[in-house]
Amino acid sequence: MYLQDLIFTLQKYWAERGCVVEQPVDVEVGAGTFHPATFLRVLGPEPWNAAFAQFCRRPADGRYGENPNRAGAYFQFQVGLKPSPLHVQDLYLDSLRAIGLDPSSHDIRFVEDDWESPTLGAWGLGWEVWCDGMEVTQYTYFQQAGGIDLRPVTCELTYGVERLAMYLQNIDNMYDLQWDRHVTYGQIRKPWEVEYSTYQFEELRPEISFASFDTYEGECRRLLARPAGPLVLPAYEFCMKASHAFNCLDARGAISVTERQRFIGRVRAMAKACAETYVASRARLGFPLLPKALQAQAVAAYEAAAEAGVNAAALAAAAAVADHAPGQERAGSEAAHA
Amino acid sequence: MPDIVNPQITDAVAPTASASASDGRPADLLFEIGCEEIPAKMLARALAELPAAVEQRLAAARLAHGAVRALGTPRRLAVIVKGLADRQPDLVEEVVGPPVSAAFAPDGSVTKAGQGFAAKSGVDPASLTKKEVPGKKGLYAVAIRNVAGGDTRSLLPAMLRDLAAAIPWPKSQRWGWGMTAFVRPVQWLLALYGGEVVPVAWADLTAGRTTRGHRFLSRGEVSVASPAEYVETLRAHHVVVDPEARRELVRAELSRLEQETGLRVRPDPALLDEVIHLGEYPVGLCGQFDPSYLEVPEEIIVTAMRTHQRYFAMEDQGGKLANRFTTLMATVVKDPAVVQRGNEYVIASRLADAKFFFAEDRKKSFAEWNKKLDAVVFQAKLGDRARTIGHKVQRIARIAGALARHVGADADTVAAAAGVCKADLASSAVGEFPELQGVMGRHYARHFGLSDEIARAIDEHWWPKGQGAALPPGAAGALIALADRMDTVAGCFAVGLEPSGSADPLGLRRAAIGIWLILLAHEGDERWASLWPVLFDEARAALAEQGVAMADTASVEKFFRDRLRGIFVDQGIPTQDAEAALAQSFRDPIDARARALAIARIPKEAREVFKRVANILDDARKKHKLEPADRVDPALFAADNTVEQKLHAAMQEAREREAEPRRRRDYAAVFDSLVQLQPTVAAFFDRGGVMVMDPDPKLRDNRLALLLQLIQPYLAIADFRLLGAAS
Repeated sequence: MYLQDLIFTLQKYWAERGCVVEQPVDVEVGAGTFHPATFLRVLGPEPWNAAFAQFCRRPADGRYGENPNRAGAYFQFQVGLKPSPLHVQDLYLDSLRAIGLDPSSHDIRFVEDDWESPTLGAWGLGWEVWCDGMEVTQYTYFQQAGGIDLRPVTCELTYGVERLAMYLQNIDNMYDLQWDRHVTYGQIRKPWEVEYSTYQFEELRPEISFASFDTYEGECRRLLARPAGPLVLPAYEFCMKASHAFNCLDARGAISVTERQRFIGRVRAMAKACAETYVASRARLGFPLLPKALQAQAVAAYEAAAEAGVNAAALAAAAAVADHAPGQERAGSEAAHA
Repeated sequence: MPDIVNPQITDAVAPTASASASDGRPADLLFEIGCEEIPAKMLARALAELPAAVEQRLAAARLAHGAVRALGTPRRLAVIVKGLADRQPDLVEEVVGPPVSAAFAPDGSVTKAGQGFAAKSGVDPASLTKKEVPGKKGLYAVAIRNVAGGDTRSLLPAMLRDLAAAIPWPKSQRWGWGMTAFVRPVQWLLALYGGEVVPVAWADLTAGRTTRGHRFLSRGEVSVASPAEYVETLRAHHVVVDPEARRELVRAELSRLEQETGLRVRPDPALLDEVIHLGEYPVGLCGQFDPSYLEVPEEIIVTAMRTHQRYFAMEDQGGKLANRFTTLMATVVKDPAVVQRGNEYVIASRLADAKFFFAEDRKKSFAEWNKKLDAVVFQAKLGDRARTIGHKVQRIARIAGALARHVGADADTVAAAAGVCKADLASSAVGEFPELQGVMGRHYARHFGLSDEIARAIDEHWWPKGQGAALPPGAAGALIALADRMDTVAGCFAVGLEPSGSADPLGLRRAAIGIWLILLAHEGDERWASLWPVLFDEARAALAEQGVAMADTASVEKFFRDRLRGIFVDQGIPTQDAEAALAQSFRDPIDARARALAIARIPKEAREVFKRVANILDDARKKHKLEPADRVDPALFAADNTVEQKLHAAMQEAREREAEPRRRRDYAAVFDSLVQLQPTVAAFFDRGGVMVMDPDPKLRDNRLALLLQLIQPYLAIADFRLLGAAS
């Protein structure tokens, strides 16, 4: 299976199960979790099912295109199911069958791997999924994001696109992957890896990234504190950009160990402020992704608890609709029916 | 007045035919919680704790039962209770009401208050009896009522629901709308009492009689006829639900592969404990890697295979690592060669990384790595002059140097090893496998041309690596280990980072225990026995040199004393005896242990009488502000009573017979001598009628002086005030 067919197949598979197929976010991110379709949508009481491929930049992992398994950027295919249906594992295993990994021919295992993102103030429990000893997917039940307790809970599946494709094409160097019938992964990606490794490790000017970080952080704060009302979506975009600036400085070796913790704390503070403002803004909009009949009571419960803070209010809104929402077997959407 | 209920369980209960459709005989109970994959360590713990939790609930519900057994796999946690009684025994309760004077009129008729009590207790007023109540005066009205025992079937749903909800997990999560928390999302519930379903309702599910077989080797739901058939039914669906049976199966698989390859699986009990909980149906598989990777130190290979992949290493009959590994699949596959290829690919890339790290590391030097450690923070609160690992290494070197001089160890080796003891922390190999710190340092030290002694000391300064683990065998490693740990403890205490409660995130307790264990292992060597004060002073001096002052040494000393007491108690010395020995002095742990062991031999009577002596002296000082003199005047002994003279004479004899044992520090012999004094001291107190605190100050002071002289020689060995009669 060509790499692009792997993405097509996963998109189609999850679309048929009720997921919105979004497009990658057009800002540099280190993981699909930063995509607003994940980080923001997991917050609050509104159901949401989405799938998308995301180009992820990890400057520190750059290897000038010379390491067969590691690179400064790679693709994740991410699925978010909120609330998590009871049979996510079955849905996931069927998706493996769809791309040609038959569990009766492989040793598929769910091995404990808890996930935490200090920059996003997020954590979850779950597994890495092993196929014949190789990690092919990260499988996480999000418990908190931006410091906010998540109800309903989102199940996030993150497929390692290159890993899976290498397995399916039975090759041991990612640059030899066939992107399609004619073009290899290396032909598309290798020049980028070479130039970006050189840039990130040798040419990047730390003072620019430091200044950018400060600018992004300032804009994020300013937009959240805007007297006429917060602009949370652009604010969060600056949070993503600040996080990437930090990753660049980290890869460049421009940040000492103690400063590192401080930078992580600054990004987390932005993520937290965005998360809280986002939930409040969704409440103001009437939680439009909830079924119409439930919107009013969710908003009422949110407002009644608002004095205790956004976290408590979001939990109250979820509790107010949980009893009336479809049961877990049918949670969210047709994701469970297909 | 509150009613007092005295429940009494009747001896035998005849089951009532109408109570339920049951036949009244005990039956087995099965409760299974189906779950998404439970992490191996958490599963092991839950399996260990579940039977006691079940027994506790059954006892609270007064339900008789037979054996309780926990079973489970990553996908299910189950308990089977054999022979669970089908109802609670009936109870006869005595409810105590008002006093007889209030409940009965003088003519014996029941008063209004008595009738009210009877009605409230649900008995006929005529049946009220009069009884004495323990702890109260007079007679009380008592209602005797029979309470029929509840039906097990009606009790079980709530009990099992509460049991499931109360299973303690180190980490639990929510899912769906998030109304339940459990280790992982709950998928199904199965509950059977005998052949009947127990409709437990929990986690948005209701229990039935179906379970599920192996995820890939079984389809759909599987019906279980009765608890007795559970294990076999699952076995038929490729689930080995008994962990011990899985362990046997894994062992059998490993020996099958040993037979097939002619190699041995290197024993790894911790890994075995983990892999039996990584699947429901373990099948062994052997793979290999390129022999060229064997050039890498085998610790790296074994660690890479174990931590990343949960593979067992294999070795030849001579114990030499082979280019093979063993893994346990969680299923039966069509073609094991496919799975083998996949695993071989994964380990090859892991080993390629390891080999690369090792090769790159050997191009570096300890000096280069040490420079990097100047930028790695050990503890930020120590301040700018002391915060980095580089600073710490300087302190370790200074402290270890002083220790080497004290014990007469090879100072050059200690200095050389101490200076590079943390260098490998900056190596790539340790970055990838932190548990190889020290081990890699040893390899690199040899590669960089340092002596074997230095190489070993770098490795051994991390020892002991856990509870019960080996202590550093060489002197250099042991001294650096002491210096490193004391620096950590003293530094953290100096900046207010002492452990509180059970939390000890910086591992200070472990560090202090390590220090004591290393010192205790040098029994018989006076230079090591007297090392602790040197260690403590040098550590403080080294910290002070870097601007870290310790204001309060008492709390660190108490911390160390408490750890030593814990070690003694673990070694079987009663807490009180350990405390009595340590209260006098803890700095020489070998001496303290000998004293504690000797104290443990003192019989109860002697403890009591000497404790009394110590308390009298204590009172005299504290309450009466009297300082007993250090001279006794025999002329002041009472003429009409010989107890003082006898005691005085017995003390002289004791002094003489103890002289030799004291020189040898044979505390047991000293205390045997002390025990011989006990009858004489007892006579002084009890039979002689001598009052210590005599109204005549002269007599009083002389008697206090006598008591002081009596106990003084033993006080350096034990604080008698801390000795009760308990032990």
